[in-house]
Amino acid sequence: MIAHHLPILQIIIPLMSAPICLVLRHARIAWVLSLAVSWICLVISVSLLVKVLDGGAISYELGDWAAPWGIEYHIDTLNAFVLVIVTAVGAVVMLYAKASVEAEVPEERRYLFYTMLMLCLTGLLGITITGDAFNLFVFLEISSLSSYVLISMGRDRRALTAAYRYLILGTVGATFYIIGVGLMYMMTGTLNFADLATLIPSVADTRTIQVALGFLTVGLCLKLALFPLHMWLPNAYVYAPSAVTVFLASTATKVAVYALIRVIFTIFGAVDILDIVQVRNLLMTMAIIAMFFGSIVAIYQMNVKRMLAYSSIAQIGYMILGVSLDTLTGVAAGIIHLFNHAMMKGSLFMALGAVIYQIGSVHLDDMAGLGRKMPLTMAAFVVGGLSLIGVPLTVGFISKWYLIQAVLERGWWPIAIIIITTSLLAVIYVWRVVEIIYFRAPSGAAAVATEAPVSLVVPTWILIGATLYFGIDATTTLDVAIAAARALIGGGS
Amino acid sequence: MSHLVILRIVSKFLIPFIFIFALYVQWHGDFGPGGGFQAGVIFSSGFILYALIFGVSLTRQAAPAWLTRAALAIGVLLYSGVGVAGMVMGGNFLSYSVLADEPTHGQHLGILLVELGVGITVAAAMITIFLTFAGKDR
Repeated sequence: MIAHHLPILQIIIPLMSAPICLVLRHARIAWVLSLAVSWICLVISVSLLVKVLDGGAISYELGDWAAPWGIEYHIDTLNAFVLVIVTAVGAVVMLYAKASVEAEVPEERRYLFYTMLMLCLTGLLGITITGDAFNLFVFLEISSLSSYVLISMGRDRRALTAAYRYLILGTVGATFYIIGVGLMYMMTGTLNFADLATLIPSVADTRTIQVALGFLTVGLCLKLALFPLHMWLPNAYVYAPSAVTVFLASTATKVAVYALIRVIFTIFGAVDILDIVQVRNLLMTMAIIAMFFGSIVAIYQMNVKRMLAYSSIAQIGYMILGVSLDTLTGVAAGIIHLFNHAMMKGSLFMALGAVIYQIGSVHLDDMAGLGRKMPLTMAAFVVGGLSLIGVPLTVGFISKWYLIQAVLERGWWPIAIIIITTSLLAVIYVWRVVEIIYFRAPSGAAAVATEAPVSLVVPTWILIGATLYFGIDATTTLDVAIAAARALIGGGS
Repeated sequence: MSHLVILRIVSKFLIPFIFIFALYVQWHGDFGPGGGFQAGVIFSSGFILYALIFGVSLTRQAAPAWLTRAALAIGVLLYSGVGVAGMVMGGNFLSYSVLADEPTHGQHLGILLVELGVGITVAAAMITIFLTFAGKDR
């Protein structure tokens, strides 16, 4: 019986834990509850993935209303994989959160922090699991609103303006998405993904549907911060509390990329929208500009958190580039990079969170000489950085290898050169940090810094472990990504 | 604005009727237009009117922060609790038909309770938002 209800338990357990945290009003209990919930969610998502890989897609009808009319949770390989990414990061972040939050969020707001984190987790999981276009919007709003609050809890007062800017742009994105859904509903009378996929081809030539696609694409690209719609991202990541940065950087944009993949390959799967309209050229151009822009701007940042934020914009470019190739290998490369980037960016931001915990700053000059003072944390940072570059034995290499392979399959070798060039740019910005933290004498707070507490170092190294493990033995993740891509390219799920 | 006699008297006269109308909309929701969201907004408008006339601090005595905060959570828990009850009694999440012996009764009961949850949370949210912006307390 429990197995049948797993899809809904994935959502309502974190959803119900949020108001419970609110009522309990106790930071420690709220943390214990959130920790337990996040690990239960991880167990559920892994068992869902196993179930989907064994027996095909799962469907769960809410309120026993049959699918095209009622809301359906539909889980295939792709969203089962994304669920595992989100819950895995969530579970590790909760381990990390206690010490980090105690240092950065005032006591009386901590229970609210966990309430919001649980709501954010609910929203992100909901976006991923649902098979209904409107339901996706509702979860998009749940995750967005809670992430605005989470960002605004940062110590720096600029967190408020960062959150406000994200609020404005995020709301524009969500509104565009819902306008697109409305236009599709107007032409088809349905909100169910599978139903939309069968009805869209007959009306695909109408102006309404093309406008709908435009709204959906732009709206979701705002949420996933594709260049030039990334303006909200750097400040939001820099000023948010460390645990929030880790969580959002590794999950929020990934889930938005997932939603875009859903729109392009499931809803518009049968009409091969990337070939008909200029969507592919648009996405590919923006992805390539993002790769250059993000990497080049990252080189000039003195705040390491901001540097990583710009690097995220570049990495999102790689994901979208893979998706826009519209081939099995390309989409698989995009999907696997969702996982890989979540692991490496999560661990990098965790390492920076540990630095903030110890010396209160992530300014490059303040971090001089930290390599000797905080060896474990800085070693984690270096491994994560190598993965960003795409050095073999790390997950970054797997992503880039498949991406280049996919590009070459298409015969577009100039893009392969671009990928290698932007990786070299990553070498520059990672090396800048490595040079300063290892080869410069420590001064100020760094001179008296010690290694971060175990509760920060262990979660960081769990993600670094994943970065290395799945970089050496990528069979599992690759098989899942390829199976997911095959289901998408083979005419919808 | 409590020094203005007409405003004071009229609002004191109106507020009970606003609450009754809210409850009417609440319980009427499963027969016709209405339901928890509208009812919650109407209910909170009674508090907001009171706050406009008699000030935020008096309103906070009637609706203290712990109460509105608890109400926010209880509404959500009531809604999802009904959903879980449907699961426990053999249906899917939010399946109302299994809640009573007869499916129609179950649907009635389910909608009523879920709408009550919505009403409580919406009313509490509206009051909280208004008082937060109007006053300095959280």
